[in-house]
Amino acid sequence: MSASDLQSAPSAQEAAPPRPAWQVLLIRPETMTLALLVLAVFAGAWLSPFFLDISYILRSFTLYAEFAIVALVLTMVIIAGEIDLSPAANMALSACVFAWLQQAGLPVPAAVAVGLAAGLAMGAFNGLMVIGLQLPSIIVTIGTLTLYRGLAQIIAGDKSIRVPEWFIGVDKIMVLGVPLPVVIFIVLALALGFLLSRTIVGRQIYQIGTNEVAARHAGIRSARIKFGLFLAVGLVSATAGMMTASRLGSVRYDLGLGGELQMVLMAMLGGTYIFGGRGTILGTFLAAWLLVLVSTGMIVANVLPAVQLVVLGILLVVSIIATNFIYSRTQR
Amino acid sequence: MSLIRTLLVRREAGIAVMIVLFCLAVGAFRPQFLTLDQLRIILLLVPLIMIAAMGQMMVIVARHVDLSIGSTLGFSAMVSGMLYRFDVDWFGFDVPWWTGIPVSIVVGAGLGLVNGLLIQLFRLPAIIVTLGTLSLYRGLTFIISNAKQIDRQWIPSELKGLSQTSPVFGTPWIIFIAFGVALATYLFLMHTRMGRQIYAIGSNPVAAPLRGIKVTQVTLVVFTISGALAGLAGILYASRWGFVNPSNTGSGFEFQVIAAVVIGGVSINGGVGSVLGTVLGVLLLGCVAAALPLLGIPGTSQAAIYGAVILVALVIDRTVRRQGIAGFKRVQP
Amino acid sequence: MSEAGASPLLSARGTSKSFAGVEVLRNVDLDLMPGEIHALLGENGAGKSTFAKIIAGVHRPTRGTLQLGGTTVDVASPVVAQKLGITLIHQEPISFPDLSVAENLVLGRSDGAPLGRVPWAAINRDARRLIDLLGVRIDVTRPMRGLSIADQQMVEIARALASDSRLIIMDEPTAPLTPKEVETLFGIARRLRDEGRTIIFISHRLEEVRALCDRVTIFRDGNKIATEAIGKLSDADIIRLMIGRPLKEYMHKGKSQIGEVALEVEHLTLPGYFDDISFSVRKGEIVGLGGLVGAGRTDVARALFGVAPAASGSVRVGGRPVTITDPAQAIAEGLAFVPEDRAVAGIFRTLSVEQNISAAVPGQIAPRGVIRRGVEKALAQDAVKRLRIRLASLRQPIGELSGGNQQKAILARWLLTDPSVLILDEPTRGIDIGVKAEFYDMIGELAASGRAILLISSELPELLALCDRVLVMSEGRLTADIARAEATQEKIMSAAVPQVRGAAA
Repeated sequence: MSASDLQSAPSAQEAAPPRPAWQVLLIRPETMTLALLVLAVFAGAWLSPFFLDISYILRSFTLYAEFAIVALVLTMVIIAGEIDLSPAANMALSACVFAWLQQAGLPVPAAVAVGLAAGLAMGAFNGLMVIGLQLPSIIVTIGTLTLYRGLAQIIAGDKSIRVPEWFIGVDKIMVLGVPLPVVIFIVLALALGFLLSRTIVGRQIYQIGTNEVAARHAGIRSARIKFGLFLAVGLVSATAGMMTASRLGSVRYDLGLGGELQMVLMAMLGGTYIFGGRGTILGTFLAAWLLVLVSTGMIVANVLPAVQLVVLGILLVVSIIATNFIYSRTQR
Repeated sequence: MSLIRTLLVRREAGIAVMIVLFCLAVGAFRPQFLTLDQLRIILLLVPLIMIAAMGQMMVIVARHVDLSIGSTLGFSAMVSGMLYRFDVDWFGFDVPWWTGIPVSIVVGAGLGLVNGLLIQLFRLPAIIVTLGTLSLYRGLTFIISNAKQIDRQWIPSELKGLSQTSPVFGTPWIIFIAFGVALATYLFLMHTRMGRQIYAIGSNPVAAPLRGIKVTQVTLVVFTISGALAGLAGILYASRWGFVNPSNTGSGFEFQVIAAVVIGGVSINGGVGSVLGTVLGVLLLGCVAAALPLLGIPGTSQAAIYGAVILVALVIDRTVRRQGIAGFKRVQP
Repeated sequence: MSEAGASPLLSARGTSKSFAGVEVLRNVDLDLMPGEIHALLGENGAGKSTFAKIIAGVHRPTRGTLQLGGTTVDVASPVVAQKLGITLIHQEPISFPDLSVAENLVLGRSDGAPLGRVPWAAINRDARRLIDLLGVRIDVTRPMRGLSIADQQMVEIARALASDSRLIIMDEPTAPLTPKEVETLFGIARRLRDEGRTIIFISHRLEEVRALCDRVTIFRDGNKIATEAIGKLSDADIIRLMIGRPLKEYMHKGKSQIGEVALEVEHLTLPGYFDDISFSVRKGEIVGLGGLVGAGRTDVARALFGVAPAASGSVRVGGRPVTITDPAQAIAEGLAFVPEDRAVAGIFRTLSVEQNISAAVPGQIAPRGVIRRGVEKALAQDAVKRLRIRLASLRQPIGELSGGNQQKAILARWLLTDPSVLILDEPTRGIDIGVKAEFYDMIGELAASGRAILLISSELPELLALCDRVLVMSEGRLTADIARAEATQEKIMSAAVPQVRGAAA
């Protein structure tokens, strides 16, 4: 490391000394997530032998895989300093569009394509409102969350639409003993992790989230990148919607209801900073597993589903407070 | 007269005109829409939204937002409902029918205060905190109720009577209560020092403490009132519908309320909004809701309408405020 | 005004202020008499505004005491200042745009309970009386939003009267006003003085100071230089006192060969900011752009770089006409811009020094979109060595570096783009003297290597030492183009000071 000979340069006292490596590592929020994850595994194992059965955990994960997949992309949106609360509603609407079209007689592949296109269009609409009209993303996506879910309700009514038999069961497909949705999640996490940490686009997402004015001054096309992120969320949400339809075998307008909370929670629990500029895919990845373990643990322990809601709510608030605290400590 | 005030006045007048035009248009197709009976139906649809909208309006004027009111409504209604169901077992005597009213208000106020404390003490964005408490309070409702509904027979008939019996003109009490809350809100916001400070904080949060306004204190009060009014709406829900369900009661209510508030001209950027506009916004939504079944539009399209309304109101608000916001940005350091 | 007669309203003793270790105000002693209008003069950054803000409770002094009417006071906040009868009137007043004028006047008054009734009738009546007292016509029931700046200032003054302020500080109040509005303001200021109130008047316009003020205090480099009755000083005296003697002569080596035109600007206009700006910069040439804060210099630079594009006019880079509406385009055309406000538009505070340096050259560190850590590190390390950036590690967040080293890192970022035209906006602001010298050397070397440099600076010695030519802007227009041989501080200053009503006094 040539940093050491720089350190011995005459006027090094002008800069604060760097933190020791162990400290840098320890105060990362992802470390907290990992510690909680390990804790959850031990607690789970103590609670029930099921927890030592990997395949049981993997099967449980399929229930949350769709949200986890969207949460990965949402993490990037939050790092870029925006937020999207509409993906769960997007999942419902694109799934309803797909299910309705195939019921109306459109070939399934075409219906899937239209459903995905609908998701993309929803992402584009969010992006247009936020970037084009300069409206705050948090309130815009509250509006589109209601709108998309409402449109799904118009399309599907109060009934559930069945999907063809062969389309059912994406969660039953195994790749090397791992359910396909989990594989998709892991592969997407690797890809986005690479994108965010190793490529120039990822780098620029952090820079936009840290200081958008400075990013623009450095020639970074922030509007383009942020619009792209909203598009990505739209497309991935639609994909997740199709996966949910396949897992459940039928589509209702309330598909994925309340999912925005779990997605935001996964990002927050993984140490993504609500005000942008910080966070990692690794954090969200770990947080997704943590959430699955906690939720599954509660089910195994026969905890009411309602209590899970309480736990999720508390976890969300506590994790924001904790990450805020950690980041304010590291920022001097 | 200034441009902005003209716009605001015009905006309230504009909503009134929209209500009239809408009713006339619907009436042209379905004449029965323009009858007194129909007016009663509309008025019976809106009290809960109107009461909660008064609280939400204050929150938005102070540049925050409260997404948890639907769950707050559900939780407070459930607490009162359980009180009615268990009163003899717990207290050994029948509690008077009106007990639920103060209980729900106090419970709602407590939940609102929790929101306010989290937001103000930890400097967190209101929208995320209340998204969390939205789920938290809903879950608590399930827990305390053991996921069981409070059925009709437990709700005191006098309480249910509030929505049916009427002091005058065949207008049930619940409507008077709603308009009474609106009047009280008007007096509070327009004629008390603290009411004006809410507008000041929303108008310029940076300058407010420099003028000696206790921002924390005022914000806590605002969230507490919002919670208390959601609590009141909760007990009136029990009165109006005669049951309290842990999952349905108040679910999605926040979006209806936010839609009503923004359509009433309350700016999401804070500092702007009037009770009259909010009342009109609530009434317009009520008209739409009442017209749907007459026009043969399924009730399922309501949510989409609320969403579209929020978005349209946002765009209108931006157009109206654009000049002003640009001016504000220059003042900020 | 004789100092012997009355006792001072306010006396400051040993007032000092440091920001982040840099002392911007040193041991200022000043007495303000009741019933005087007292001007504070000085170059940008001389300390006059800091001093005023300390009195108004916006900043707290690092050292020193304030006495008000003979008793020592601690002006802990603007609220306290208001209670003590001290009001600061900002150039662009801070108000509550959605509230009515009358409400803005009384807001924050500490009488009454939270649920106390707002006496609207009395508030409006009092407000109308105060506004009438000032002799202006403002409807007090209308909201503040949409009021002209002059009217907003009037409301602030009325607020000072409402709380019966004894000391009113006006921080460059006339800059955004029309001549007629200035007259009204002066009339009111004189009347307030005749009522026995004290007014601190901060302005760059000498003729205004002469027309209005009784005494003047001159600041330079954070020190109080002189306090005199205005009649005892000529304009030349004042300018000389403001400028002082340059601390040290930094001579630009003058080795660079001035070549062909690199940047040519014609009739560049952005209404409300600058008007009909034409100039050119040649290769190897350092052209200074002087003027007062708010003269439109930064706006021209932002327009050239595409941050806030101009409405009309043409720009040629290297002889080719270009239209730049986005910084990315500007970079592609070989422009670079070191912005004035480092924290807002320059650094990514929490990101590493390395990332900050490589931010503008994605193509170099990631040829196929994937970042090559080795290349990035080498580039950053080379820049650190070349610009002598002092740091502990390339991985350190840039926020942990000193201001000067942050600025060097920003400069390093732009040097990596190998720009043909480099625009520097106040590059040495907030930087220690020692590091400044390094910067001057660097700028000289950059010119010598054939780059065209446009240097915006408010520091006259800096312009004189470095520039081959100095352009001066005043109120959005170019008012002078002075060659190196003829440039003096006096010439630049007199071109920079606005000539509102024709001839200077």
